[in-house]
Amino acid sequence: MENEQLVVSSSPHVRSESSVSGIMLDVVIALVPAVIAAAIFFGMRALFVIGISIATAVLTEALIQYLMKKPVTINDWSAVVTGLLLAFNLPPTAPWWLAVIGSAFAIAIVKQLFGGLSYNFLNPALAARAFLLASWPVRMTAWAQPGVDAVTTATPLAQPGVDAVTTATPLAILKGTESAGQLPSLMDMFIGNIGGTIGETSALALLIGAAYLLYKRVINWRIPFVYIATVGVLTWILGPDGAFTGQPLYHILCGGLILGAFFMATDYVTSPVTPLGQIIMGLGCGIITVVIRLYGGYPEGVSYSILFMNVAAPLIERYTVPKKFGEVKGRA
Amino acid sequence: MKTVTFKGGIHPSYNKEFTASKPIRPAALPQTAVIPLQQHVGAPCKPLVKAGDEVKVGQKIGEAGGFVSVPVHASVSGKVVAVEPRLHPGGQQVMSLVIESDGQDTVDENVQPRGDIDKLSAKEIIDIIKEAGIAGLGGAAFPTHVKLSPPPDKKVELVIINGAECEPYLTCDHRLMLEQTDDVIYGTRAIMKALGVSKGIIAIENNKPDAIAAMLKATSAYANIEVMALKTKYPQGAEKQLIKAITGKEVPSGGLPADVGTVVDNVGTAATIARAIKTGMPLIERAVTVTGRGIKEPANLMVRIGTPFSQLIDECGGFADKPGKVIMGGPMMGIAQYSLDVPVIKGTSGILVLTEGEAQAPQVQVCIRCARCVEACPADLLPLYISRYALAGMYDKAEQYNAMDCIECGCCSFECPAKRPLVESIRLAKRAIAANRRKAG
Repeated sequence: MENEQLVVSSSPHVRSESSVSGIMLDVVIALVPAVIAAAIFFGMRALFVIGISIATAVLTEALIQYLMKKPVTINDWSAVVTGLLLAFNLPPTAPWWLAVIGSAFAIAIVKQLFGGLSYNFLNPALAARAFLLASWPVRMTAWAQPGVDAVTTATPLAQPGVDAVTTATPLAILKGTESAGQLPSLMDMFIGNIGGTIGETSALALLIGAAYLLYKRVINWRIPFVYIATVGVLTWILGPDGAFTGQPLYHILCGGLILGAFFMATDYVTSPVTPLGQIIMGLGCGIITVVIRLYGGYPEGVSYSILFMNVAAPLIERYTVPKKFGEVKGRA
Repeated sequence: MKTVTFKGGIHPSYNKEFTASKPIRPAALPQTAVIPLQQHVGAPCKPLVKAGDEVKVGQKIGEAGGFVSVPVHASVSGKVVAVEPRLHPGGQQVMSLVIESDGQDTVDENVQPRGDIDKLSAKEIIDIIKEAGIAGLGGAAFPTHVKLSPPPDKKVELVIINGAECEPYLTCDHRLMLEQTDDVIYGTRAIMKALGVSKGIIAIENNKPDAIAAMLKATSAYANIEVMALKTKYPQGAEKQLIKAITGKEVPSGGLPADVGTVVDNVGTAATIARAIKTGMPLIERAVTVTGRGIKEPANLMVRIGTPFSQLIDECGGFADKPGKVIMGGPMMGIAQYSLDVPVIKGTSGILVLTEGEAQAPQVQVCIRCARCVEACPADLLPLYISRYALAGMYDKAEQYNAMDCIECGCCSFECPAKRPLVESIRLAKRAIAANRRKAG
């Protein structure tokens, strides 16, 4: 009977249908509404930047893996996700070479140099964005509406009429009803009819994608909901006219919060795997974002807060190991 | 009906429809029965017969080798032709008694009704169970009388009869609950009496509404036996998860159900206890689900212990195609076989045949830290880290991450999108840690 050539392996003998490429593809699918929104509000130029960025990311990954004699894994879609997210962080006016340098940096330096998928300690797209912002601050903030020269990805935070790159900028706009008139309407902010980076402006499109990711269990609620709730509550409490006078809805809809909370802070590799750790991650991102936005040197704090929490993630994880089933207090 | 459950777990494809509606039918008597002297957790048996001896059905042929051990009995009448190591479905060679059947199925004279549970004492019931060679029929085959003899400082207050049958494909417990309803309840009462417990709960996953209905109807006469519906989720039938779902209590790490005042027995075990008391027939047969896409006519069979797998596969029409994998038990925790020349033992709940396509090993990729294993783990562990340390041979680190609390349910490996060998490597770490502890011991 031994000649039946039966497969022998350790249990379990069945596996779920999920796969790495399936998850990454789901993220790409979830970002499609935002790509469409970008095309509508910023035109073909935005699609061009997105295309360049994705192509560079995929080619860079393939090239480096080929040179390092490692298996080429571009079919896992993870490079596509990185290229797409990087493009989402660029202004629609970005020149082609900015997308190429950013994307190549994200893949070559931040991802592959640290060992490839799942060994990078920073989110590649965000780290590349920080690199570009530090190297080409003017190019990175050349918004579709000229005249705004704030160092920001969050134009509504530094609208025309406010001319300086100061911590007072967003606070000035959000200070009171008279200056709030200069802000775009909440509806425009919700659908994305405002200035900003390619992928961050349309909350509606991003939320459709986020709902898809939640439904497909690619992400869970902890990081994004805690993050957004923290920003909402803190900006409301720390209002310009004293406690509870803030405008949390503007703070939630403007800048890169929705994009960051659902698509970047939830990056598996750079966020904690423990349930409590994920809540702390969301909380930390929220606090740092608000502190930067209200009191920091930049009008926007989403990407730096996530990068900061990326670095803290291993430490958070170590201190949030869940209580094991049946753990006895005082004995274990 | 309100359903209860535990935290974590998975929802695999249950594939119960192959056999759920197939009544248990008796399998043909084996021509040669191979009775391993080790079919249970604990010490192996000492043989009571030698080659050339005539044996009858139900005759004790192997004596328990200690307290945590149970005797084995002849499942057919005939002649012992060999006492020798034979391949065991656990994968090793195990000393076994080989009986050539005479086809007469002559029952041993000692197989006599043992009386009524109302008249038997707790000790008498436990002795009957022990002598009948009864070990947990859910699959683990832990000697039942040991569970029924908790240390005096542990007060058991609740008996849970496990009819969850959360393993995909398997339906033999489901059929037992439908077809041997009264025996399951009789056995439940016997267990309750043996432990001096006044409350029993028969727990069934809600994907078996007919079994729940049958049990509700049959237990209506017994105020102290309750039927409880469990949410259908794997591993709902795992002992500690079952107790948590029903009582809300967690069995302490490294502890036993008795630590939270509970004893859990499988429905098949209960029915076998009923038979042992009512007829005196020890554990010589059990219900086995023979199923899977790789088998022509899936069925539920009542099988004599010692029947070779190959015979049961033939009885179910043979392989549907070239078989990929033959598993004893379910797909989540079952043991893959490399030969069909192994006998059905007390813990054989099923024989699952996967097709070649289903048996193909998936390609392993790097961990992307998606935390699905963390969400799925019913023991609240971090499988990705235990596995990482296990694969690196860092067993002390694996132990720090509570490797020994892993119940080996396989949820982590099932969920892993990178198809990593999570539970497989954790199992490895557990063996190494246990070996180290013994050495240090």
